[in-house]
Amino acid sequence: MQIEIINGQIIDPANQINEQGSLYIQDEHIVGVLSAPKGFIADTTIDAKGQIVCPGFVDLSTRLREPGQTQKASMYSETQAAARAGFTSLCLPPDTQPVIDTVAVVELIKDKAEKCGYPQVYPVAALTQKLAGSELSALYALKNAGCIAVSQAHYPMQDLLVLRRAMEYAATHDLLLMYCPQESSLSKGGCAHEGAMASRYGLPSIPYAAETIALMQCMELIEQTGCRVHFRGLSCARSVVLITKAKKMGLAVTADVAMHQLHLSDEDMLPYDSAYHVVPPLRSEKDKKGLLAGVRKGTIDAICSDHQPHDVDAKLGAFPETEAGISSLETVLPLMMRLVEQEVLDLSQGLSKLSYEPAKLLGLTAGTLSVGAIADICVFHPRLKWKIQAESWLSQGCNTPFWHKEMPAKVTYTLQAGQIIYQND
Amino acid sequence: MRAIENLQLNQQGKLQHFLSIEGLNKALLTDILDTAESFADMSSQNVKKVPLMRGKTIVNLFFENSTRTRATFELAATRLSADILSMNIATSATSKGESLLDTIHNIEAMQVDMFVVRHSLSGAAHFIAQHVAPHVSVINAGDGQHEHPTQAMLDMFTIRRVKQQFTGLRVAIVGDILHSRVARSQIHALNILGAEEVRVIAPKTLLPADVEQLGVRVYYDMAEGLKDVDVVIMLRLQKERMNSALLPSESEYFKCYGLSEEKLKIAKPDAVVMHPGPINRGVEIASRVADGAQSLILQQVSNGIAVRMAVMSMSMQPQGGQV
Repeated sequence: MQIEIINGQIIDPANQINEQGSLYIQDEHIVGVLSAPKGFIADTTIDAKGQIVCPGFVDLSTRLREPGQTQKASMYSETQAAARAGFTSLCLPPDTQPVIDTVAVVELIKDKAEKCGYPQVYPVAALTQKLAGSELSALYALKNAGCIAVSQAHYPMQDLLVLRRAMEYAATHDLLLMYCPQESSLSKGGCAHEGAMASRYGLPSIPYAAETIALMQCMELIEQTGCRVHFRGLSCARSVVLITKAKKMGLAVTADVAMHQLHLSDEDMLPYDSAYHVVPPLRSEKDKKGLLAGVRKGTIDAICSDHQPHDVDAKLGAFPETEAGISSLETVLPLMMRLVEQEVLDLSQGLSKLSYEPAKLLGLTAGTLSVGAIADICVFHPRLKWKIQAESWLSQGCNTPFWHKEMPAKVTYTLQAGQIIYQND
Repeated sequence: MRAIENLQLNQQGKLQHFLSIEGLNKALLTDILDTAESFADMSSQNVKKVPLMRGKTIVNLFFENSTRTRATFELAATRLSADILSMNIATSATSKGESLLDTIHNIEAMQVDMFVVRHSLSGAAHFIAQHVAPHVSVINAGDGQHEHPTQAMLDMFTIRRVKQQFTGLRVAIVGDILHSRVARSQIHALNILGAEEVRVIAPKTLLPADVEQLGVRVYYDMAEGLKDVDVVIMLRLQKERMNSALLPSESEYFKCYGLSEEKLKIAKPDAVVMHPGPINRGVEIASRVADGAQSLILQQVSNGIAVRMAVMSMSMQPQGGQV
């Protein structure tokens, strides 16, 4: 199978390419960028005139709700949504039911993902058994079974001793720890950012220090244990300052932010609207600006969806009792383009945060359009407007604060390993 | 968050629900106080009933225990000639796993015209109001740490009866502002009605973040905070605050923030003392102050009925939901 994508604006941040031209694919791999290899005859031609051709997106945290929570979504529905949103690789956090703490669960997930076909699903192993925070999971076996990293998701560790040992053990097997910094004694019971808005509406709150304290503790342990750590889902400006310092000191850490944290603050929340209930909470305007600056300066390496589809009932109730999370796969690219339109983010840099950077920190070869690279590709129309509504939405979770909003950017083709996995008709 | 959407007003600017003081204007609050005044006169007469809500069914939905608030709502409904049913949900439906919305829809199916709701979660009344049929009104009788608007209105009523107007008044609210829905409603009401200054006096552990943005001046010291004050509102201190390391002990709290006769002397000589009840004698307020000449605590309770009659009758929807 030989595919050519012609007339597109080819953006490959890894190779600093941002030029109009064509891309050539043979079977699973990219065989030519801008110029065709000798004797290349395409079976399929995709005309990408006026469109952008970039690496397929790599998501660091995508809840697919399988196994165990099929009332919320299915692996099929969410991988379909992901393909249509331009994603080709997804990391599945370990807080499934059952938790990803045995090889059997990993096999089950791989089996289900294979039946769905695409995009590629990478399970993330639970750092501790049942995510209970006290006993280590069989990390070596889980790594060999195909887990790409380890994580405790949002579950607390019993104490710092267990965290330290877990980090030492993960380092022994050269596993990346994806760490969601949140000190549970400070965040317990909270559902909103501690500030004027939570005070006004009487919502139990979470101070930003819940994040920064956990961040600092973990950084000290990185120093001691040599564990590779990626900080998942930052929410406050102060965290960006701390990570900047750590990187200056030469600590090998990376960090990401969920796309919605770059667009919404607590001031945007509609009173008691559970669509805005998310963990970590939407913080202040100042935090939002700090996170954006961190993305621009490179302190924050990647942007992820932090996709969490929910059923209607999970979001139906008084705000504090509703479940946290936003269904976000399908708004990642449009929201990125909004930042580009607002001139707060450069397009090539934005695409890098969605593809090359997350792939690099995971140790994947994806995320580039280099000759010889795996042909994971997204083609999108940057200015085509669409409205978020039932007919245009594939995720089973409709829990997004952007419902009924008009969005820029629409994916026209997604290719994974040289196969067209989504095509907009 | 953006300003609270005006779920509580209909297109004519009349009450559809009564959920929070925030979002209401001075004219409407004054209207409630004036209406309550007419009911208060009536309460002192022999026949204490008016037929304003005859044939209407009101359900008291208390997801959290309460004696006084529930009793005054029941009396208010009875005096308006409505039928009232009180349900203590804390010990019934939800413990069987029924969702809040299912409970509401089930009771609504019994042809109810009005819900009076108390719930331990902030935003519960707001949520219920969003989901009831158009002809059903929801009165918030306290939601979590958010608002308790009828309590604030009866406090305003009590203040106006004694001080005649709000202009020029300095009011200090003392105690557990952090957990108090009463304080939030009072702060909004006093600011909307034009009080000169609203102060809060509390240790930092009992103040919510950025509390000044609600429109108050913050004091940590009673000696400063009570100076030149016309009204002192004491809040109830829950015993469990001691267990969660918010305060060391009741006696230390009383020393710093309890209202004694000596501390009351710092306020204006004609200052009045209020408390939403139930009071903890010797914890937040000395008995001699609670029972003293400057105390309005029992008047607050009797005024509660007239104010709740006003709020209920003003929130009642015309038959069939037409406005």
